[in-house]
Amino acid sequence: MVLTRENAVNLTLAVLLLAVPLIASALGQPFYVTLATRIAILALAALGLNLALGLGGMVSFGHAAFFGIGGYAAGILASHALSGEPLLFDLPGTAQMPIIWLVAVIAAGLVALAIGALSLRTSGVYFIMITLAFAQMVYYFAISWPAYGGEDGLSIAVRNQFPGTNTMRPLNFFFVAYAVLLAGIGLFALIRASRFGAALAATRQNEIRVAALGIDPYRIRLAGFVISAMITALAGALYADLNRFVSPSMLAWHMSGELIVLIILGGTGRLFGPLAGAALYVAFEFALGGLTERWQFFLGLILLGVVLFARGGLLGLLAGKTKHG
Amino acid sequence: MVEPVLQIDNLVKSFGALRATDGITLDLMPGEIHALIGPNGAGKSTLIHQICGTLKQDSGTIRLAGEDIGALSAATRARRGLGRTFQVSSLAPEFSALRNVMLAVQARQGSSFGFFRPVMRDRSLIDPAMAILERVGLSDRARLPAAELSHGERRQLEIAMALALQSKALLLDEPMAGMGPEGSKRLTGFLDTLRQEAPILLVEHDMDAVFALADRISVLVYGRIIATGTVEDIRRDPAVRTAYLGDHA
Repeated sequence: MVLTRENAVNLTLAVLLLAVPLIASALGQPFYVTLATRIAILALAALGLNLALGLGGMVSFGHAAFFGIGGYAAGILASHALSGEPLLFDLPGTAQMPIIWLVAVIAAGLVALAIGALSLRTSGVYFIMITLAFAQMVYYFAISWPAYGGEDGLSIAVRNQFPGTNTMRPLNFFFVAYAVLLAGIGLFALIRASRFGAALAATRQNEIRVAALGIDPYRIRLAGFVISAMITALAGALYADLNRFVSPSMLAWHMSGELIVLIILGGTGRLFGPLAGAALYVAFEFALGGLTERWQFFLGLILLGVVLFARGGLLGLLAGKTKHG
Repeated sequence: MVEPVLQIDNLVKSFGALRATDGITLDLMPGEIHALIGPNGAGKSTLIHQICGTLKQDSGTIRLAGEDIGALSAATRARRGLGRTFQVSSLAPEFSALRNVMLAVQARQGSSFGFFRPVMRDRSLIDPAMAILERVGLSDRARLPAAELSHGERRQLEIAMALALQSKALLLDEPMAGMGPEGSKRLTGFLDTLRQEAPILLVEHDMDAVFALADRISVLVYGRIIATGTVEDIRRDPAVRTAYLGDHA
């Protein structure tokens, strides 16, 4: 890899995110480990959305649905594993993260296929509104489903397991989340550089041109939307395990908005934009949230500043404009 | 008998009371450049939209190499072998010239669902794309984003992308638009070499280019073709002279 300025910034971000919990853990400050884990997981969720929004130009205002589906997959499977009751077709629950992740990703992928197939017939503001509407449907469904806690949500008594490590230790769970985030970033980089990535990025830039070349923009977008949802769902499963709790708030439209905010803060379409955005967001939440309950007001001001004066987000400021081959 | 590559039969399209396309019949034979001329508002754009599939005709048929493509989407028509350029350059502006042409090569190969192999290390995309950029004289601009190319270069890039598709028929929508006299002359020379690769339906206002290139000319006025013939036929046709050419001829 060539050491461009962007790569240097990316590497620094990755190393920092690893260093903070290591140092905090050595100093006996597990709270900061949890904070770093939260950053990693939110970054992964936003990374998923960034594939649709940044690469494909699809401003989905409904990604909370996929985040929450991932979360509920973790919560529901864990609750069945605990109670011993079979889930579906006599299949048992499980407390194994890899299986939970697989279920989360497949479930979200199927829902995204249905939502995307309908939503992508529209564009612009209609697309934003219809994805929001679908996500709200999922939200109200979760609220009115008493079997899994309804409005109150669902606790995960013991954090789900990952083979070879004790995930109840904060640092170990951080490593799991960090590794998944890095894998997600790697996947994003691969897809962006691939033929599919080229078609998706071109569809964002000029749909009519893409169609005139014989590439169906609808199919390209739909595939991008589904992959995007799957990554966000994986983050949702991790998020449920981080909090050991899943509730309809994971599915709420605030969550969709938060993911978009993360991307804008970090730098739309940038490989490490979601991580930069999540780090910034969680840092604000922590620093300002300690001072005032109205911290989101100041976050709003900062977001306004970014949109008005630093369109490339944090990565745009640090690493300059995007370069294309 | 030689079959036409593109055959348009009795095409009709109305917008309210206006018949923008009023029973147009037109064909494109192998190896020919067929120019379509007509004053502004004659319905050229509407006709192109229907041929490419961005507008649906009310009635009539469009055949490409014998196959009825009149109900297919724009993308499917392109895959069946209908290449086009746009009146106003239509490119992926953030992509380099090279990546624009590579996208066309990728589309021709029919494989946009590869997720893991980086395109910038894929010789099967880069080599043909570079060869085409070389042909249109853009190889030294290959790495520049399309948005930073000059107007004339963007026109050349449009043609490069159409060529990369190796289409059965090419539809060029005012390729000379906005080119200076020098540029037009060079482009005319280049298009002259293309007709054996793919027959061209050429919509153009630049009469010098049309008269230099066209094997046949059709004249479109108020949604109807009022004359079709060789350059000489059209120059002599009194109806055309009054309707369109004026003193130019």
